[in-house]
Amino acid sequence: MPDVTCKLNGLDKSFGRNHVLRGIDLELRAGEVTALMGANGAGKSTLVKVLCGYHFADAGEIELGGAPFRPLDAADAISKGVVTVHQSIDDGVIPDLDVATNLMLDRLTEPGVGLFVNDRKLRRQARTVAESMGLTMDVRTRVADLEVADRQMIAIARAMARSPKLLILDEPTSSLSAAEADRLFALIDRLRADGVAILYISHRMSDIRRVADRIVSMRDGAISGVFETEPLDYVGAVNAMLGHQMTEVDIDPVEGGKPVLEIEGLRLFDNAPEISLTAREGEVVALTGLLGSGTTELAEILYGLLQPAGGAIRLDGKAYLPKSAENAVANGVFLSPKDRSVNAVIPDFDIANNMTLPFLKAFSRFSFLSERGQRRAADEMIGRIGVVCQGNEDGIDTLSGGNQQKVMIGRWLLRASRVLLLDEPFQGVDIGARRDIGRYIRQTAKGRTTLVFVAEIDEALEIADRIVVMHEAAIVGEHINRNVDLNRLVADVSGPSRAQDQRADAPQALAG
Amino acid sequence: MRLRHWQDEFRTMNRTTLDLAIRYGFLVLLGGLALFFSLYASGFASPRSAVFILQSVAITGILALGVTCTLVVGGFDLSIGSVATSALMLSAYSMVILEQSAFVAVVLCLVMGAVVGLINGFLIVKMRVPDLLATLGMMFLLIGLQRIPTQGNSIATGMSLGEGQVAEGTFSAAFLWLGRHRFDLFLDRLLPVPVVVFLLIALLIWLFLGYTRHGRLMYAIGSNQRAAELVGTNVQRYKIVAYMISGMLASVGGILLAARLGRGDIASGNNLLLDSVAAALIGFAVLGAARPNAFGTAAGALFVGILLQGLTMMNAPYYMQDFVKGAVLVAALVFTFYLSSRRGGRRTA
Repeated sequence: MPDVTCKLNGLDKSFGRNHVLRGIDLELRAGEVTALMGANGAGKSTLVKVLCGYHFADAGEIELGGAPFRPLDAADAISKGVVTVHQSIDDGVIPDLDVATNLMLDRLTEPGVGLFVNDRKLRRQARTVAESMGLTMDVRTRVADLEVADRQMIAIARAMARSPKLLILDEPTSSLSAAEADRLFALIDRLRADGVAILYISHRMSDIRRVADRIVSMRDGAISGVFETEPLDYVGAVNAMLGHQMTEVDIDPVEGGKPVLEIEGLRLFDNAPEISLTAREGEVVALTGLLGSGTTELAEILYGLLQPAGGAIRLDGKAYLPKSAENAVANGVFLSPKDRSVNAVIPDFDIANNMTLPFLKAFSRFSFLSERGQRRAADEMIGRIGVVCQGNEDGIDTLSGGNQQKVMIGRWLLRASRVLLLDEPFQGVDIGARRDIGRYIRQTAKGRTTLVFVAEIDEALEIADRIVVMHEAAIVGEHINRNVDLNRLVADVSGPSRAQDQRADAPQALAG
Repeated sequence: MRLRHWQDEFRTMNRTTLDLAIRYGFLVLLGGLALFFSLYASGFASPRSAVFILQSVAITGILALGVTCTLVVGGFDLSIGSVATSALMLSAYSMVILEQSAFVAVVLCLVMGAVVGLINGFLIVKMRVPDLLATLGMMFLLIGLQRIPTQGNSIATGMSLGEGQVAEGTFSAAFLWLGRHRFDLFLDRLLPVPVVVFLLIALLIWLFLGYTRHGRLMYAIGSNQRAAELVGTNVQRYKIVAYMISGMLASVGGILLAARLGRGDIASGNNLLLDSVAAALIGFAVLGAARPNAFGTAAGALFVGILLQGLTMMNAPYYMQDFVKGAVLVAALVFTFYLSSRRGGRRTA
């Protein structure tokens, strides 16, 4: 058995009442790739953040190479040999600087480096690093001018330059094409041979099949399964990650009435395959797929933020092609966007004003707002959707993530809509709030059609009548939410495995 | 160590005390200042003196209300000072050299202000020039432009136009009324027109920003533009309108200044930009708003006015003025940002 590089003992972490990590025990061994799987809110990212020095654990200890490891901050973790490549690419690169500077940036911050930068030397060193990664671009290119995938590779290359003991990769392939992912996997193989311990966080089954030596599943802040005997039990891992949660929510799928939203031959972008989909009155359709599968683009097209490359959309039988969000709202198509803190929350406003924001016109006469009307409507929605707060005058920042999200969703339920689009409604939401939101969405689903865009399968299973799976900008599967064959669903989501790529008839639009 | 001690002191301060201090501290200071000068500067506490203060802050106050609108949408307008002086020169030019009526002069100035605001908004919203840079560019452009028609000279009746001609137009009486007339209120000839205009505009902007849905959406844009956009707000239109309001109010300020001076003085209005921006920023601290607001801006302008008038009456030298204004501004900003962040930190903890 190889040496243990990193050992976690009874790691515990809470945020307020939210118990996120519950006694995590885990060994990460040198020269081994451990795949970490877990649903949204299972605690994966918190675990990573503890390891890379972003959060302190409340209890428990970490050992790195036999010595206690308690990083003070991210820089400390890196200097001790724990390097993390985060999911959000721009965390790892500085877009305005060139490739060479980005690759060598950490060297520049080391003590003892001279005052002046020797550009030629810097570029020479950078070129060596780039070549070892199989990167071919000119190191003088500005990172902002590179493709997303290249930026990701740069972020990983930067991590490599630190010769880490433990490398944490958080969803590294989410924006990579198949060829680039292969390059990454080749690199992972090389690192494994060099004895680096790798923690690989991903939802892509095809990736996990390719690189994982063992799989660890997490659920509700605890480790729910470790799979390390050959052949790896992938289905067991997925089941351990999803657990028996979905039996807790019983869905009796409805058929839906007349078609409300009809999508025909829609192409999300140039050279993308055609999508056709009909959403009916009263039904909740979940569109699920991995990052980059096209669900976000579809939501944006329906809400007028993005123009499709071709095809037609009909709303209640009439042609519908919104030019702006304003336009979409006027047509009764509402969107609750993902990443609420960036896209939805007005941090300076209280609950009532956040909630009523889209419909201020309805709450005003001659442009003058009726504060009483706003507050009454907010109070009513707070009661119905179950926002835990002191009152409607609470600042939105005082609420927990789940309650904030309830306000953001409640915002769009104040008025009747024809199509309600919910993009990642359960992002950063605790399990209780998630149930409340799901229940309320289903209760109110009559009289409109609801499209829910979720990356997590169990979230789709909790809310939808019908689950539509997208992969590489195409619709690849459809499941009525009754005794769903999980293995088939998971297989649809993870897409045809790479061996089958040649035979798959879905064009690989995103690759290339 | 000293700093740490201070922070501990703040932390142990009762939360309600802190809240009260943030909310009413500035107004209490304003009242205290007025009381202090009433006691120690003879003649300070009289209606005439109060009106004098109001008159001295009226024009900067009007400009400050305009810049408040741009601050609300998360922008900034550096061109207001030069818009005001451009309006000053334009009104003089149209009356003295083009021999137009007061009405035409006023309309021309307002249109000019609106157009400048429109261009500012266009540069910022459509051309994506950062607000500070766009309005800075506009400021230089206008400072130059307003001097071109008269080759850099001030405009007054009787000035030489070259080739032996002399400007024969005059500032009309109706125009001068705007700057010089005083309404009777308790006392004869007490309230000057600019003060009335300032109070009216302050009331209008206060209602607009605080109580209409347009104002609410503008605050939403300033707080999270992306979120405002995604609920279907026409963000671009609101931003452009904010700059147009700012431009028009600045030219109202310029008109009133021209009417008070009675000539197109090229050197006036140098301090307008900084004074009005200071008033708007001091306004952040009033009532613990921690954001731009019309009431705060008016109170901020008043605060500076009272301070300067009081110091002048106590024979403080003129060069103290900018120093005092700067000190007040810095104190107000600390009030706003440091104390409010304390409070915010407590709330989430």
